[in-house]
Amino acid sequence: MHTSTVGQDEIVIERGRIEKNYWADLWRYRELFLILAWRDIAVRYKQTVIGVAWAVVRPFLTMIIFTVIFGRVAGLRSDGEAPYALMVFAATLPWSLFSTALGEASNSLIGNERLISKVYFPRLIIPTATIVAAFVDFLISFVILLGLMVFYQFPPGWNMIVLPAFIALAALASLGPGLWITALNVKYRDFRYVIPFVVQFGIYISPIGFSSSVIPNQWRLLYSLNPLTGVIDGFRWCILGRAPIYWPGLVLSIGVVTICLWFGIRQFRNMERTFADFI
Amino acid sequence: MSDIVINSEKLCKKYVIGHQVENVRYIALRDVLMRKLRCVWHKAKDLMHGDHVLQGDAFEEIWALRDIDFDVRRGESVGVIGRNGSGKSTLLKILSRITEPTEGRVRIRGRVLSLLEVGAGFHPELTGRENIFLNGAILGMSRAEIRRKFDEIVTFAEIEKFLDTPVKRYSSGMYVRLAFSVAAHLEPEILLVDEVLSVGDATFQSKCIAKMEGVARAGRTVLFVSHNMVAVRNLCSRALWLDRGRVLQFGDVQHVVAGYLAQSTSAHLEHHWPNRDSAPGNDSFRLHRARVSGATHGGLSQITVQTPVAIEFEYWNLVPGQRLNLSLVLWNEEGTLVFNTFPVDEPTWHGRPFPVGLFRSRCEIPPNLLNSGNHRVQLYAVRDQNSVLFVCDDALSFQVVDAREESSMWYGRWVGAIRPRLKWSTALLMPEMTKSPHQERVSVSSK
Repeated sequence: MHTSTVGQDEIVIERGRIEKNYWADLWRYRELFLILAWRDIAVRYKQTVIGVAWAVVRPFLTMIIFTVIFGRVAGLRSDGEAPYALMVFAATLPWSLFSTALGEASNSLIGNERLISKVYFPRLIIPTATIVAAFVDFLISFVILLGLMVFYQFPPGWNMIVLPAFIALAALASLGPGLWITALNVKYRDFRYVIPFVVQFGIYISPIGFSSSVIPNQWRLLYSLNPLTGVIDGFRWCILGRAPIYWPGLVLSIGVVTICLWFGIRQFRNMERTFADFI
Repeated sequence: MSDIVINSEKLCKKYVIGHQVENVRYIALRDVLMRKLRCVWHKAKDLMHGDHVLQGDAFEEIWALRDIDFDVRRGESVGVIGRNGSGKSTLLKILSRITEPTEGRVRIRGRVLSLLEVGAGFHPELTGRENIFLNGAILGMSRAEIRRKFDEIVTFAEIEKFLDTPVKRYSSGMYVRLAFSVAAHLEPEILLVDEVLSVGDATFQSKCIAKMEGVARAGRTVLFVSHNMVAVRNLCSRALWLDRGRVLQFGDVQHVVAGYLAQSTSAHLEHHWPNRDSAPGNDSFRLHRARVSGATHGGLSQITVQTPVAIEFEYWNLVPGQRLNLSLVLWNEEGTLVFNTFPVDEPTWHGRPFPVGLFRSRCEIPPNLLNSGNHRVQLYAVRDQNSVLFVCDDALSFQVVDAREESSMWYGRWVGAIRPRLKWSTALLMPEMTKSPHQERVSVSSK
């Protein structure tokens, strides 16, 4: 890429120059992006006993706990005729994608501080690459879903085709806040405590153990302000395919994700010029 | 014109630091609360704008670099010199694009490698093979390029056997070799070297220097930041002297280095306090004069590693009959205590009661003892060898300059707090009996 043209291409360093070539630079560094994503995946399960199996175990255990506590003990119902366990798992999948991606992205800049203080590249690559790593985890745990569907003899419908769109929505939902928090983390280390809190809280306010249709109608739009509501509803619609989509809620969730993403990128880019001065 | 590979025009870098205003007194609780609230409000506003939050309510601008103009031609080696905090590292950071300038611009032609980047992004859990790809990508090599040079990199680093071992199990030597090998195969047009980074690791530094010479010979460009004037003189043709963020001189290396040495070695060598009442000290002891001197070289007094250094204090004893002792503590620039000395063997006054009056004590440090670099003398005035009357932390400071022959292989700073010339001898104890003609002659003669 740069080898053949060395000598001809001139780099100009001045205030605002990085800003101007931002998106072009991002494209030029795509190979670095892939390598960093690969590194995050490769490193994650080194020096672990069961390795990649963690990606399977975590959502599976969450599902079992929810099934036992909410399904059996509290007696919550599934919507439609889909088994309760399947309904919960269709929600834990995007939830764990969201929470891992958010957690990894928010700590990504601090974890790479030596890199940032030494080499130039568009910093946006680092948090974004962690999301790719979280996505690989997601694919692995997706295998359990297929297993469960075979177990319950629950054939997937055509809705499945739309699933990638909702996967993307889940990833983008974590990217927005992730970018903002990781940038803040560079200078103010207290923001790293925000994430475990958000994740712990989110698992209860998102419709994981129950269907969002149990929310009274007048509150349902408000409830969709949580972008995970739209994501989880979408997942259930794709996988279980029975309950109809609540459109106003979905549109609102997409809107919230878009705003968060726009805000996150803006904040990140504002701060990234000076990362090296503070890290 | 097209031969200029680095062109810097009016380059400036400003840092803003915030601190609390100290000389404003807040009396009422309301004022204090208002001030706190204002701080919180400003912080929140800065957070939302994505600006950096400045602590405190007063801001100070610091110009790390101011109007830096210089050109570097293709194939030239330029030394960047200046005391600590003169902006050398900031300049290097801007050139390697880690931080943006505030004003002005630099044009660079060709691929830049900063030795700062050597080993950047190495991950301890990954194997040598994996790290080569990772590090290569970080330095800006494409995957195809790394694959093409992979075998060369491995051979150069001498790590064939450990290619699939996690890097955390490498010895530090292997680690450095691998890191350096990847960087060496990047084939940069412009090499940025910061000597400070390689202090203490002999292998690494000699490799860096060798690489630098190789790069310069191959018609590439080197920018070399160093405190070591011998190295700068030998490796560079021109030098850029920075002082408090400005270019003081830029030109022929011999001229600039001579100017720098003259300035940096004569600056703080002598203090004189003609007025006894305002001199540092107290009611029982006061300083009068402090001086450090080395051998005189062509009109300018320069302290090199080979010259003796004399430290001299003139002081007032103000209490009749006390037994005074000066105790000197020498610190080097890394903050290491080099030694502590006091006049136990002084023949005339040691252990005797001092009358009131002006005294002079002189301490000589023999040649070939101190290492190069900045040294600071801390002075203790002690009474009766047990109670400290007065401490002067910054009594004197001086710089010891390297003075090795220019043919020396090693340009780096010698490691260690001191650098004594010790007596060495080597003897052949037992020649090995083999059948080479040369060895045979040895064994015949020993019969």
